[in-house]
Amino acid sequence: MGLGALYFILVFLGLGFGAYFMIEEAELGDPLRVVNTFMIYYLGFDMVFRYMLQKMPVTNIKPLLYLPFRKSQVVYYSLGKTIVSFFNWTHAFFFIPFSIILLTKDYAPASVIGWHLGMMALIYCNNFINVLVNNKDTIFYVFAGIFVLLGISQNYAWFDITAYTGPLFDLLYDIPATAIVPWAILLALFGASFNYFKKNMFLDGGLATKTTEAKTEDLDWLNRFGNLGTFLKNDIKLIKRNKRSRTAVIMGFFFIFYGLLFFTGAIEVYDGPFWRIFAGIFVTGGFLFSFGQYVPSWDSSYYPLMMSQNIQYKEYLSSKYYLIIIATIITTILSSWYIYFGWEVFAAVLVGAIYNIGINAYLVLWGGAYVKTPIDLTSNKKAFGDKQAFNAKTLLLTLPKLFLPMVIYAIGHFLVSPMLGYILVAVVGLLGFVFKNKVFALIEKIYKKEKYKTLAAYKQKS
Amino acid sequence: MISVTNLSKTYGSNTVLNIDTLEIPKGQSFGLVGNNGAGKTTLFSLLLDLIQPSTGHIVNNEVQVDQSEAWKPFTSAFIDETFLIGYLTPEEYFYFIGELRGRNKADVTALLAEFQDFFHGEILGQKKYLRDLSKGNQKKAGIVASFIGNPEVVILDEPFANLDPTTQIRLKGIIKELAAKENVTVLVSSHDLQHVTEVCERIVVLNKGELIKDIKTSKETLKELEAFFGG
Repeated sequence: MGLGALYFILVFLGLGFGAYFMIEEAELGDPLRVVNTFMIYYLGFDMVFRYMLQKMPVTNIKPLLYLPFRKSQVVYYSLGKTIVSFFNWTHAFFFIPFSIILLTKDYAPASVIGWHLGMMALIYCNNFINVLVNNKDTIFYVFAGIFVLLGISQNYAWFDITAYTGPLFDLLYDIPATAIVPWAILLALFGASFNYFKKNMFLDGGLATKTTEAKTEDLDWLNRFGNLGTFLKNDIKLIKRNKRSRTAVIMGFFFIFYGLLFFTGAIEVYDGPFWRIFAGIFVTGGFLFSFGQYVPSWDSSYYPLMMSQNIQYKEYLSSKYYLIIIATIITTILSSWYIYFGWEVFAAVLVGAIYNIGINAYLVLWGGAYVKTPIDLTSNKKAFGDKQAFNAKTLLLTLPKLFLPMVIYAIGHFLVSPMLGYILVAVVGLLGFVFKNKVFALIEKIYKKEKYKTLAAYKQKS
Repeated sequence: MISVTNLSKTYGSNTVLNIDTLEIPKGQSFGLVGNNGAGKTTLFSLLLDLIQPSTGHIVNNEVQVDQSEAWKPFTSAFIDETFLIGYLTPEEYFYFIGELRGRNKADVTALLAEFQDFFHGEILGQKKYLRDLSKGNQKKAGIVASFIGNPEVVILDEPFANLDPTTQIRLKGIIKELAAKENVTVLVSSHDLQHVTEVCERIVVLNKGELIKDIKTSKETLKELEAFFGG
C-alpha cells in the first residue's frame, strides 16, 4: 500500500491523540459525546472506502479448491484473511490512543472498555457487510446517495441523523454491557458471510470472474487528429474501461475542490499569498498528477506491443502530452467558479493551469521514464500510491512541479506586486511552450535509454 | 533479409543465447525448435529490440535493430499476450493495429474477411473484450493482427500452442500460404515438431542457447528431429 497507507496511519494516529484536546479546546462539549455524534459519518466513510478499495478474499481461493481441505476451512481461511486487512487494523490507530486518553482523563474504565469493544465490533461489521455487498453497485450507490443526502441535510439543518445515532453510540459508554449488541450483530454478519461464501464456492458461481458486455466504439471524430487521434482513442478507452485508471481520473477530478481549503481560509497556515499558486497548480493539475505521473505504466501490460509496433517514440509521447493538456484545459474550465472568490484567486487558478501545461506536463512525462511499476488495470489495490513509484528521482522532480512556481511568484510578489508574481509564473509557463521541440527530443532520449529496463520491469508482474 | 552476427545474451554468468552467425534470406519460412530455455523467445525478443544484446547485433533488411527504429514498418510479431490490449474488443484492436500500419478500416475489414474460417465465429462480434476471451481465441486475434499491413517479416512465437485441432490445421494452411509469397519472411517457433516440419522450409534447433542443427526440411526431417529430442 505504501505511502497512502502510511498517510492514513498518521492521520488516524494524529486524530487518536489529538481529537480529545481539539474538541476540548473548541469547547464543543464532552469530547467522547462529540465523537459519538459524528461516529455515524466515520463509519459511513469507512464503508465507502472499503467498497472502493478493499480487495475481496475470493481472488486467491481457486488454487485451494483442488487441495485436500474441507470447504468450510477454505471459507474460514479467506474470511479470516479479511480480518487482518489494513482497512480494519488502521482504525486501531485512532481508537486505541483515543481510549487511552479517555482513561487518563478519568472516564470510567469499564465504560471506556465497553465503548471501545463496541466500536471495534462495528468496524468489523463494516468489514463483513462489505464482503456481502461486494460488487453490488446498485446497493452501493443507493447507500452512498443516502449518505450524501444526510450530510447535506445536516449541513443545512433540515434533518440531523446524528441526533438519533449519537445516543446509540453513547449507550455503549453509559451502559457498557450493551457492547454485546454490536458483537451479536457481528457474529450474525460473519455467519451470513460464511454461508454466502460456502454456497457460492464454485468456479461458475461466486468465483466466476465477471465479464462486462463489450461494445465496439469507433470514436471516429478523433480521426481528424491523425496518428495522435489513434492513440487518444485508445487512451479514452483505457480510462473508460479499466477500474484503476477510472479511479485515478475520479481522484484527479476531486483535486478541483482542493482549492477550497486555501481560499476559504479553512486552514490558517495556507493563508500566505504564495499558497494561492500552490492551490492553483493543484486545482488544475488533478489529472496531471493522478493520471499523468503514471505514464507510461498505464500501457505496461502491452508495452512490448507498443515498442515493436510501427510507432515512433515521439508520437507515443506526444499523444500522452496532448491528453494531459486537454484534460488540464477541461479542468481549468470546470474550475472557473473560483472567480466567486475574487480575481486574485481566479488568476492563481489560470496561472496554475498555464504552468501545468507549459512546464509540469513535461515534468510528469520525464518522471514517468523512471517510474517502472507495472499497473494492473483491473484492480484498485494500489490506487493509493505505490511505494516503488516514489523513488528519489521522481521525488526530486516534484520540487519544480510545486515549489518552483511558488518561489517565482514570491519574487514578483515581494519585489513589486501580486500582479507581477502572477505574470512571472505565467511567462515561465509560456516559455515551456516555446521550447517544446527541444524538451521533447530530450525526453524521448531518456525514454529510449530506459526502454529495456522498463520492459524488463513490466515483465515482473506485480 | 535477416542476419545475426556474434549475437549473445547473458544474464549474470548465465548465457541464454549465443549464435555466431545466422542468415535468413528473404521469403524463407524459418522454423525454430528447442526445449524450454533453449533461447527461442530470447532470439525473437532480440529481433524486436525488446531486450539488449550482450554482444553482437541483428540486421533486419539493412537496419540494425538496436540502433534504428526503421525496421518497425515492415516487421510484425505476435509473441505472447503482452502484444494484446486487453480492454479493447478484437475489432478495435485490429483497427488500432491497422491505423498504426497505415491501413484504413476498409482495408482491415477486407483482410479480416479472409480469416473468417480461422476465426470460426469466435472472434468478431462477440461483445467481449480481448482480456475476456479464452487463451486460444486471444492467440487467434494476435496472429491475425500480425498479418495486417503487408509486413515483410512476420514473427510468431509458438503460434500452435493453445489452439484447437481444427484451428491448428487452418493455421498451417495460412502460414504455408504466407510463406509462398515471395517477399514475406516467416519466423515460427514451436514445440510441435510435426507442425513445424510441415510449415517451414528450414528448421534450426537451439539447445541451451547454442545453434545445434540447421536443416533444410525434407521427408526425413521429422524423424531426425524426433531422434534428436527423443535421445
